Amino acid sequence: MEPVVSMEFYLIVSSIMFFAGLYGFITRKSLIATLISIELVLTSTDINFAVFNRFLYPGRLEGMFFTLFSIGVSAAETAVAIAIIINIYRNIKNVETRNLEKLKE
Amino acid sequence: MQNVLILRIIFGLLAAVIAVFSIMAVRTRRILHAATYLLFVLFATAGLYFFLNYSFLGAVQLLVYAGGVIILYVFSILLTDTDCENASPMFSLRRWLALSATIGGIALVSFLLITNTWPQTDLPMDAEISMKTIGRTLMGTEKYHYLLPFEVMSLLLLACMAGALVIARKRS
Repeated sequence: MEPVVSMEFYLIVSSIMFFAGLYGFITRKSLIATLISIELVLTSTDINFAVFNRFLYPGRLEGMFFTLFSIGVSAAETAVAIAIIINIYRNIKNVETRNLEKLKE
Repeated sequence: MQNVLILRIIFGLLAAVIAVFSIMAVRTRRILHAATYLLFVLFATAGLYFFLNYSFLGAVQLLVYAGGVIILYVFSILLTDTDCENASPMFSLRRWLALSATIGGIALVSFLLITNTWPQTDLPMDAEISMKTIGRTLMGTEKYHYLLPFEVMSLLLLACMAGALVIARKRS
């Protein structure tokens, strides 16, 4: 049975997303923009898990549950990272990566 | 045949939204705009999950990301008051290096994807997973069931909630 859209197209879309996130992670200066780039990378790996499960092992559920847990972990990661960013903002009054030297007084 | 064409057009639309808005999210100078573009990318990703017949996954993606994470981002952007990034030299060495690494990476990965041969399967690829199966797999204790990761995840969320409170609290 031929699927409607073949698997490679999904993977190319997710790799574009991954490398856009990588580019942002290297070039952005604000911590929040860096975090947004990390979010792009994580979401692209989620797409890959779901696609591999659907197209290579359709009778199984592993990829779907990996995506589910990965969404949970990235939500937790975002919450902690934003707490750290707010703490940094309290200390040095901006969130540029070049000004980051210490987390506490 | 008509149906297949419509589905392909929908997929093309979702793919275009993901590609364009993820590039715009890392290119724009205003961070609030970047968060909005990230929201569009996450919506389109949920659309891809629905397209793959993973409705539960799409719903979770909409709930957790669009409902929770983006709100966190917007609040943190407003709290830290950094709507605009400082202007930087447009053609710095670092930017060029990043751009060349990105383009080289995309080329390499696309080449590998297209030339790779995948294992074939005979099972139907569009079966919707029933909610009952998902629930039993998530809460079961047998092989290929996920009760332990589920509990570990609840501990992780508890720990990160406490940790976030401790880190972000006001020190007198």
